[in-house]
Amino acid sequence: MMVHSRKAVIEVADARVSFGAVKALDGATLAIMPGECVGLVGHNGAGKSTIVSVINGGLTPHEGTLSGDGEPLARYGVNAARAMGVRCVFQELSLCPNLTVAENTRLMHRRIGGFGWRSRACAVIEESLDAVFPGHRIAGDRTVGELSIAERQMVEIAMAFSDAGVAPRLVILDEPTSSLDASLAEQMLAHVRRFVAAGGAVILISHILGEILSTADRIVVMKDGRIVADRPADAFSENSLVETMGSVVRQEGARGRSQDFSGAPPVLEWTGGGLPFRARRGEVVGLAGLAGHGQTAMLMRLHAANSSDWLPRRDPAVTFVAGDRRLNGVFELWSILRNFSIASLGDLSRLGLVRSDREGVRGADWRKRIEIRTPDMENRILSLSGGNQQKVLFARALATRAPVVLMDDPMRGVDVGTKQEVYEIVRQEAAGGRTFVWYSTEMEEVCLCDRVYVFREGAIVAELAGDAVSEDNILAASFERGAA
Amino acid sequence: MNALVRLFSRPWIWSWGAAFVIWFATIMVTGGASTLGLTQAALTFAAFSIIVGLGQMFVITLGPGNIDLSVPATMTLAGTVALKFMNVENGMILPGLAVAVLIGVAVGIGNYALIKALRIPPIIATLSMSFIVQSAAIWTNRGLRIKPPSFLADFTTSATLGVPNLALVALALSLLSWLVLEKTVYGRWISAIGQSMPAARMAGIPVDGVRFITYVFCAVLAALAGYLLACFSGGAALNMGSEYLLMSIAVVVIGGTAVAGGDSNVPGIWGASLFMFLVVSMLNTYGLGAGIRLIMTGLIIISVILLAGGRKPGAR
Repeated sequence: MMVHSRKAVIEVADARVSFGAVKALDGATLAIMPGECVGLVGHNGAGKSTIVSVINGGLTPHEGTLSGDGEPLARYGVNAARAMGVRCVFQELSLCPNLTVAENTRLMHRRIGGFGWRSRACAVIEESLDAVFPGHRIAGDRTVGELSIAERQMVEIAMAFSDAGVAPRLVILDEPTSSLDASLAEQMLAHVRRFVAAGGAVILISHILGEILSTADRIVVMKDGRIVADRPADAFSENSLVETMGSVVRQEGARGRSQDFSGAPPVLEWTGGGLPFRARRGEVVGLAGLAGHGQTAMLMRLHAANSSDWLPRRDPAVTFVAGDRRLNGVFELWSILRNFSIASLGDLSRLGLVRSDREGVRGADWRKRIEIRTPDMENRILSLSGGNQQKVLFARALATRAPVVLMDDPMRGVDVGTKQEVYEIVRQEAAGGRTFVWYSTEMEEVCLCDRVYVFREGAIVAELAGDAVSEDNILAASFERGAA
Repeated sequence: MNALVRLFSRPWIWSWGAAFVIWFATIMVTGGASTLGLTQAALTFAAFSIIVGLGQMFVITLGPGNIDLSVPATMTLAGTVALKFMNVENGMILPGLAVAVLIGVAVGIGNYALIKALRIPPIIATLSMSFIVQSAAIWTNRGLRIKPPSFLADFTTSATLGVPNLALVALALSLLSWLVLEKTVYGRWISAIGQSMPAARMAGIPVDGVRFITYVFCAVLAALAGYLLACFSGGAALNMGSEYLLMSIAVVVIGGTAVAGGDSNVPGIWGASLFMFLVVSMLNTYGLGAGIRLIMTGLIIISVILLAGGRKPGAR
């Protein structure tokens, strides 16, 4: 093939990186050729984000070499990487929320300067948005803070593909579709294929295996900081990929609990625009629809209506699992244990004093129960990988006595094995009488729910129950009347 | 070696180290003659900064933007009204204390009412509150200087076992604050709110209740400091609190509390308060002019903050 006769855009040879005792990268070798899309998969903590940091210059490997276009790169850093046309879309959104879309573009492209830079930056980003997400409706002068999480991610992706002087040659997409709904994800993947066909290179990291299999030319599987498989995409199937990653596929039957809840007492009700919302005891209620159509706002309203800002409640009515970890999830200065226990301190204290012995016991208990990968619960929360931080937030909510758990797309960046574990816990807890209200952007998760409300433009437009909960019905309800 | 590294990673070590160096430099000049006197004076005067600093620390821990600028006015009003109320009678000491505390509670409620109901940023709300409070103090004072009850005057100016009584009061309040911050549910809540208010709200913390209590607590400590200062200096004066506006903030910052919120530090307040007093007395001992003194004070404070700023935020 002609592609392989050319030199690699970036080649990492035998890279090793360790953080303390943890070997994040244990001798990984990876070459990215122009004109190919490499799918990178692996569990949380397998080393995907670390190798990406090495490639984009954010991290210098402790051992190993880097070369670009066949030449060894001696003094490689973020700026050198940018000058070479290496772009990265991070798993954690990294735009400045107080600046506009155009101003954020200027931060990324140093070359846009001088008089009238705002309008030029605006033109650059809007052109790229038009190319990646036709019909996006995001103006360049909007402040990033006002955008929904999906729109922010769209801007970030478009920025990576934008061209202002230095053309992108290698774009790294780390979980790019985690906040996007199916149609936006499809637009983005189509753009990736166009970009690759024009000679660009892409590294695609995703937990959605279908995406990887359909988009990537070559798939690299990582495990424990090593590359364990590197084969053309056609050589893999969804099952063989999961097997290679080392997690056991748990055969999960159909929902298996097409119970009738109409007799159960309602625990949560809300009437706003559209259909009324009602959740009954022991029910798993899904909130579906396109991303950013009012599902998160609904969860916030339900939370606000059932908790007090002034007085502590002895028996909490609702608890919340954040999807936007950095905004309303983790407390960054704190240890894992403190992050875990904050919502259930009422149960762990006497006369207002926190009983650290009970706190420690309960923390150890949950650490085992959902396998938080850390040697010590006293370590800082930020020492964990994103997926493990998310597990801590899960444990925080489930450890409370609240009868209703609100979940705001909590599986962002969580690996397949963990997802299955969490689904199992949700099923058990629901059988025990807990109610779950679950917003998810992944169809597979929505289909696990007993009943689903479909949202469009801030209101509930459809209610599906039992066997009517299916991908087709949900999509039909989300797109009805040609909205979105 | 490891123990030493751990010691130096404590945020409060810098303010303590700085205080000790200055203390040592001062007594060396006088040949050691003033050791006891200087130490006692430092502890006495630092006690006021410690008490107001503790309250300010609680508020600053609530996160960016939270600050209480009404501290000096509250001190003045509480001192003035309490002395007038006690009217030099020893039997009125406790009711007088209660009056001071009530004034603190009222100012705290007022502060948070402005912040919450009128949605004014804390820096503006507490500043406007301080004008109201200061005017109230002027109105009640009317130029009268009432002496404190004799027992209180003695108590605040004497020492027990060589330690000034005021320092003991400050110590008791510091231990209480430390216990509240480190061991109670409320302390966890303050720290959580300081790190991320949306996350705290979604974790089920009664955010407004906690912030309200914190502003009230800060004002009560300021009132208490005003009560003690008025008794110590033999009567209330209208400008008695003015120096404590910057002082209360400075000791919090030098003491190693995170200005961005979420992380507080009680021992640091002690080191910083002693340091602030000792710097001034050292420069006085060296007989420098007022202008040079102020410049030196500024330079020394900046260097301590720079030194302390080099540390990494430690895991907790």
